[in-house]
Amino acid sequence: MDAILFLIFAITAVVCGVLVVTRRHPISSALALIGVMGSLAGLYLLLGAPFLAAAQVIVYAGAIMVLFVFVIMLLNAGEERKSSGSRLARVAGVPALVALLGFLAYTIFRMYPRPETVEFGGFHGGTPYAIGYAIFTKYLLPFEITSILVLIAIVGAVVLAYKELD
Amino acid sequence: MLQGVPLSWYLILSAILFTLGVAGFLFRRNIITVFMSIELMLNAVNLSFIAFSYHHKQPDGQIFTFFVMVVAAAEAAVGLAIILTVFKNRATLQIDDVASMKN
Amino acid sequence: MNFYLLCAIKAAVVAGALMTALAYLQWVERKVIAHIQVRMGPYRVGPHGLLQPLADVIKLLTKEDLLPPGVNRFYFVLAPFLAISLALISICVIPFGPEIHAGPVYTWMQLTDLNIGVIFVLAISSLSVYAVVLAGWASNSKYPLLGSLRSAAQMISYELPMGMAVAGALLVSNTLSLRGIVETQSQYYWGWIPAWNVFHGPFPQIFGFAIFLITIFAETNRVPFDLAEAESELVAGFHTEYSSLKFAGFFMAEYANMVTVCAMATVLYLGGWMPPFPARYGSNFVPGIVFAIAGAVAIYHGLHPARKRDRLTLPAFGAIFLGIAALFCVPLFQPILTPLFWFLAKTGFLLFTFMWVRGTLPRFRYDQLMRFAWRFLFPAAALNLLVTALLVALVG
Repeated sequence: MDAILFLIFAITAVVCGVLVVTRRHPISSALALIGVMGSLAGLYLLLGAPFLAAAQVIVYAGAIMVLFVFVIMLLNAGEERKSSGSRLARVAGVPALVALLGFLAYTIFRMYPRPETVEFGGFHGGTPYAIGYAIFTKYLLPFEITSILVLIAIVGAVVLAYKELD
Repeated sequence: MLQGVPLSWYLILSAILFTLGVAGFLFRRNIITVFMSIELMLNAVNLSFIAFSYHHKQPDGQIFTFFVMVVAAAEAAVGLAIILTVFKNRATLQIDDVASMKN
Repeated sequence: MNFYLLCAIKAAVVAGALMTALAYLQWVERKVIAHIQVRMGPYRVGPHGLLQPLADVIKLLTKEDLLPPGVNRFYFVLAPFLAISLALISICVIPFGPEIHAGPVYTWMQLTDLNIGVIFVLAISSLSVYAVVLAGWASNSKYPLLGSLRSAAQMISYELPMGMAVAGALLVSNTLSLRGIVETQSQYYWGWIPAWNVFHGPFPQIFGFAIFLITIFAETNRVPFDLAEAESELVAGFHTEYSSLKFAGFFMAEYANMVTVCAMATVLYLGGWMPPFPARYGSNFVPGIVFAIAGAVAIYHGLHPARKRDRLTLPAFGAIFLGIAALFCVPLFQPILTPLFWFLAKTGFLLFTFMWVRGTLPRFRYDQLMRFAWRFLFPAAALNLLVTALLVALVG
């Protein structure tokens, strides 16, 4: 059952990831990215992180991607025109990527040859209580610093997008 | 085999998504699609963190993912504001056209 | 019983009841608004207009399903589908009652209980912005695009105060699962005052309840926040170009969202399925008495009817109400029906408030709406959360 669910979410994630990278229109890429985030949320549930799965949907798919979709609509971004890329990139691009992927996969298999499995319900430390406890005791300083970071981002975004009412 | 999935499968999936993000970042010409490829890379890394959090049976990986999400949100907000400003000044979203500082 | 079979049966029961309720919620709304505006509402199609939803469904099904030229076909068809799917998914985690014995099985009156139930509902409601945005963008037309952008901006602006008001209730209840929240509200002070989240706790969540009520009007695009879809404003907002079944999809999604948020308000603040006074003071007899009085009133009016047709229909309704009152007296059904009655009474009262407000208030202008969210509701919700957190930390 775990393997079936993993395969469903993983194949959805990979297909949506390919769509993000290959579609001409930015809106299609944005919606495919939302699909990736949704399937990753399902994978987080399988890995025993229910709070992060919900946070992924609320923050990433429900706020950040809405921002992307708004910007695409406001700028009326049309389809990308075909660029005159170099022939080298078109010939060696995909094989280079496959080589990078193979290298990463080989490194992973070298590091984790043990047949350790991930089972649903094998890790109970992802409850909101556990995460809240760790954030407010052990990781309190990074938490406060990220709140200031978000404040800086708000001020920066307002300053950049500010329009004088004249 | 039906009960439990090897941990390396999650890491392979994270690697695939990261590679797709790198491909989009390098090959696409639209600013917004490049930005979305960055978000795809960040998501792949999040999956990796949570897989390792399961492996070590500690919530620390999930907390790092939480912080990565917050940073990605801040970065998306400021980055999209920059994109809006670039569009206001150059009227184009192709990164080939904004490659030089000469207006 | 097999777990999957039980889940399938529960899902079928809830889906069937919900779809019927959505159709008749529209009838109730038209009748309520009509009586507020001193007119009759639908009363020709069937007794007292009760078959009007059926007539509306037939009309919507048989209309021409128009696909305007120049639309992006995939997203045009996806948007109402997304709207109705997301609206129905949130119903899955809402508890209607406690654990019951229904024949051989022993189950909760809830489709599934997640230990992150509240943030699941918040996540689904933040995804429902996409249905609006896609509908407006895919329609390839000025008014839908403007309406959808405004509506989406309104929905994401009001999500913040909603989340913070909910966080206040969560601090008092100390759990994220909806079943757990109702269970923490199941005591009674001094034997008879219910420990609902609006009354009890270190800080009674009355302000949180008020903020939550205001924000759910905005989240479901209802009056006074329905600028984006009002008929006298941007034509019809984001569903201008939709016809027939796709328009019915948006319509149903709006009512399903209303039901979900009213059920959430009931569970979070009003104590879910708990009666206002404990069973030993006789709260088990209240549903039966209410229905018996309704039946008696209907039969009494049936004896001296205002219209000739009512000589037949009003006594029939009276008999139906008395039958339901008799059902409440059967001890086999009492543990199932009584909590369900209290839950539906509270949710129904909140839905009536939605319709009452629609018939009464004018709508906000867009800048007034956004200013209200950011300048008043957001600081008020933050202050509520601050005071709640302070008092919970001092007491707990």
